[in-house]
Amino acid sequence: MSNTLSFVRTEMLPQKTPPASSVGLQGWLRENLFSSVGNSILTLLTLGFLALILSNILPWVLFGIWDAGSLTECRAMFAERYADGREYACWAVVTDRWDQLIFGYSFGNLHEGLYWRPIVGLALILLALSPILYPNLPRGLYIATAASIFLYPWLIWGGSIWGPLTLALCIIAAVFAYRAVAKEVSSLIAIPASLLVLGVLVFFAMSPVSSGLNAVAPIELQPVPSREISGFVLSITIGIVAIVASLPIAVFLALGRQSNLFIVNKLSTGFIEIIRGVPLITLIFVATILLKYFLPSSVNLDPVVAVMVLVTLFTAAYIAEVIRGGLAALPKGQYEAADALGLTYWQAQRQIILPQALKISIPGIVSNFISVFKDTTLVSIVALNDPLGISNAIRSNSDWNGIVWELYGFIAIVFWIFCFSMSRYSMSLERKLQTGHR
Amino acid sequence: MSDVAVERQIDRSKMQVSKEVAIEIVNMNKWYGQFHVLRDINLTVHKGERIVIAGPSGSGKSTMIRCINRLEEHQQGSIIVDGTELTSDLKNIDKIRSEVGMCFQHFNLFPHLTILENCTLAPIWVRKVPKKEAEETAMHFLEKVKIPDQANKFPGQLSGGQQQRVAIARSLCMKPRIMLFDEPTSALDPEMIKEVLDTMIELAEEGMTMLCVTHEMGFARQVANRVIFMDQGQIVEQNEPEEFFNNPKSERTKLFLSQILGH
Ligand SMILES: Nc1ncnc2c1ncn2[C@@H]1O[C@H](COP(=O)(O)OP(=O)(O)OP(=O)(O)O)[C@@H](O)[C@H]1O
Ligand SMILES: [Mg+2]
Repeated sequence: MSNTLSFVRTEMLPQKTPPASSVGLQGWLRENLFSSVGNSILTLLTLGFLALILSNILPWVLFGIWDAGSLTECRAMFAERYADGREYACWAVVTDRWDQLIFGYSFGNLHEGLYWRPIVGLALILLALSPILYPNLPRGLYIATAASIFLYPWLIWGGSIWGPLTLALCIIAAVFAYRAVAKEVSSLIAIPASLLVLGVLVFFAMSPVSSGLNAVAPIELQPVPSREISGFVLSITIGIVAIVASLPIAVFLALGRQSNLFIVNKLSTGFIEIIRGVPLITLIFVATILLKYFLPSSVNLDPVVAVMVLVTLFTAAYIAEVIRGGLAALPKGQYEAADALGLTYWQAQRQIILPQALKISIPGIVSNFISVFKDTTLVSIVALNDPLGISNAIRSNSDWNGIVWELYGFIAIVFWIFCFSMSRYSMSLERKLQTGHR
Repeated sequence: MSDVAVERQIDRSKMQVSKEVAIEIVNMNKWYGQFHVLRDINLTVHKGERIVIAGPSGSGKSTMIRCINRLEEHQQGSIIVDGTELTSDLKNIDKIRSEVGMCFQHFNLFPHLTILENCTLAPIWVRKVPKKEAEETAMHFLEKVKIPDQANKFPGQLSGGQQQRVAIARSLCMKPRIMLFDEPTSALDPEMIKEVLDTMIELAEEGMTMLCVTHEMGFARQVANRVIFMDQGQIVEQNEPEEFFNNPKSERTKLFLSQILGH
């Protein structure tokens, strides 16, 4: 053994295929489920447990009855079909009442033939969100985004189309006022000036103009009172407004809390801490019930709008903290490089800081979105009828008295579809924004 | 500290110091809370000068050059850059920042933007250059730092040396009159130091006014026209590189030089 230290390879090794036990299904099973004795026992126990649960639930789900007029009919059919004396799912309640759960009273029982309004509204919202969710789509879709802000409320609440359209005109006028003042005088004065223009227009010009236009060209939908908006239409309306409106508010709150300007800083911090310190259910209760006693009786507080505003502010406070975490995670060098290049504060935020901070915050933001969407069921505290409220109404009907799991199961599945889509979207967004290690 | 030899012949034809003053710092003082970081700094930089700033860790080198583009605020004295005095007036600060380029030890590229976007961002938003023109300028400077083929990659996919050269190109895209470097090679492996130094030498050969905090004494000898030695927040000694290295006057300088050149 004279040359143990030196070694020269004379012949290069060819590439071989990996052994069968490490690739394919067999390899996967071995690696993930049966890698050791302990792991194998755990796998078998879990499989057994799953089998036990499924063997109880699956027949209940699969042998359920879809066409019956009432729970009594269902029970009669179970007895007739399956002689085992067991109860199965009575899905007939879903086939019978799904429209009520989704469209609520407003577009269902009370006003026949109005289903198209929330359906068109939802389609409009999807169209409006598409350019935001998928930036590759044509920019022209932003027209739908702008239009949906005015058309969706019209479709849901009904009334004259001229109301939302004159409001849109007032806003456009305010934007022009802002541009003009910013160009002629200064952009600092332009903000209060344009707000003043907007206020004057909305308070003095809007209602005569819109009723005048309506007299000339009456385009009206049958009005739906706020209290009657219910079911998934209510949940989705509140949820989408809260999700879309809370994000920008949250960004400003988070920046405010980081700001060196004393007043801005303290106001943002105070707002966030107060809102976060109070349960949502209390806020909703205060907004819709207690405020009535303090406001002059001429002010007509719309309960759905009040809830929307509160849920939005509530979500914004939470998301602001998530975004603040994202901002804090950015290295100081990013701010310095932006400063050194001469970018202004807002340019640096818009181009450098926020894109990165928001990207870090995506999981946290989306879990807040998901939880606020589910929290819309809390509106039942102020006697608005979310899907759960409707399910209670259905169950108190003598036809369906005694039904529990089928209704809750259906509601749960619809919520799950929405929440799971949000979660998947956020994961795909994170993957898309991945730009190599930092 | 490494002392990468600069092998090539340096073209000094354009390295001319003019009479025009680029930066004037008069009696500048700065405190961090109670701590007096910069004490009575007086420094006049002429156009075309290449100044290397050296000194032990914590002596205030970074703080001083960061005061020049207001990444740090000074409390006493005055700093005049290109005829504009740095006050709390945001307009002046933005003007000076767009004329003074800066490169950092850790590059500070924007990781969510491609190399090209990193280079065009400031020209488009600060100088309001049309996108197409900004991209042409960016490609010109990326070619100059010899990485045009990486233009569409993200910073995370480049080596440290490449990232620092992109950072230099990014600053150059703003067509600055003065460049500040804060230890641009300290975070790099030896073979990458050379590529970054080469880029800086080329910049000097074109007559750029440069202030450079570095421990690359080879670079100081060959490129700088003046070396400044700082300690405890003060300028302790300054001289031409030959004199500075061969014939240091102060005891502190001698100690420092023996520490970084001695091994
Ligand atoms: N933000 C700050 N707050 C308080 N003290 C600071 C701050 N930044 C720097 N210092 C202190 O100021 C002194 C000078 O720091 P500076 O970064 O300018 O040193 P330097 O000469 O660049 O050192 P190095 O070679 O390590 O980079 C150090 O003592 C440091 O601890
Ligand atoms: Mg330093």
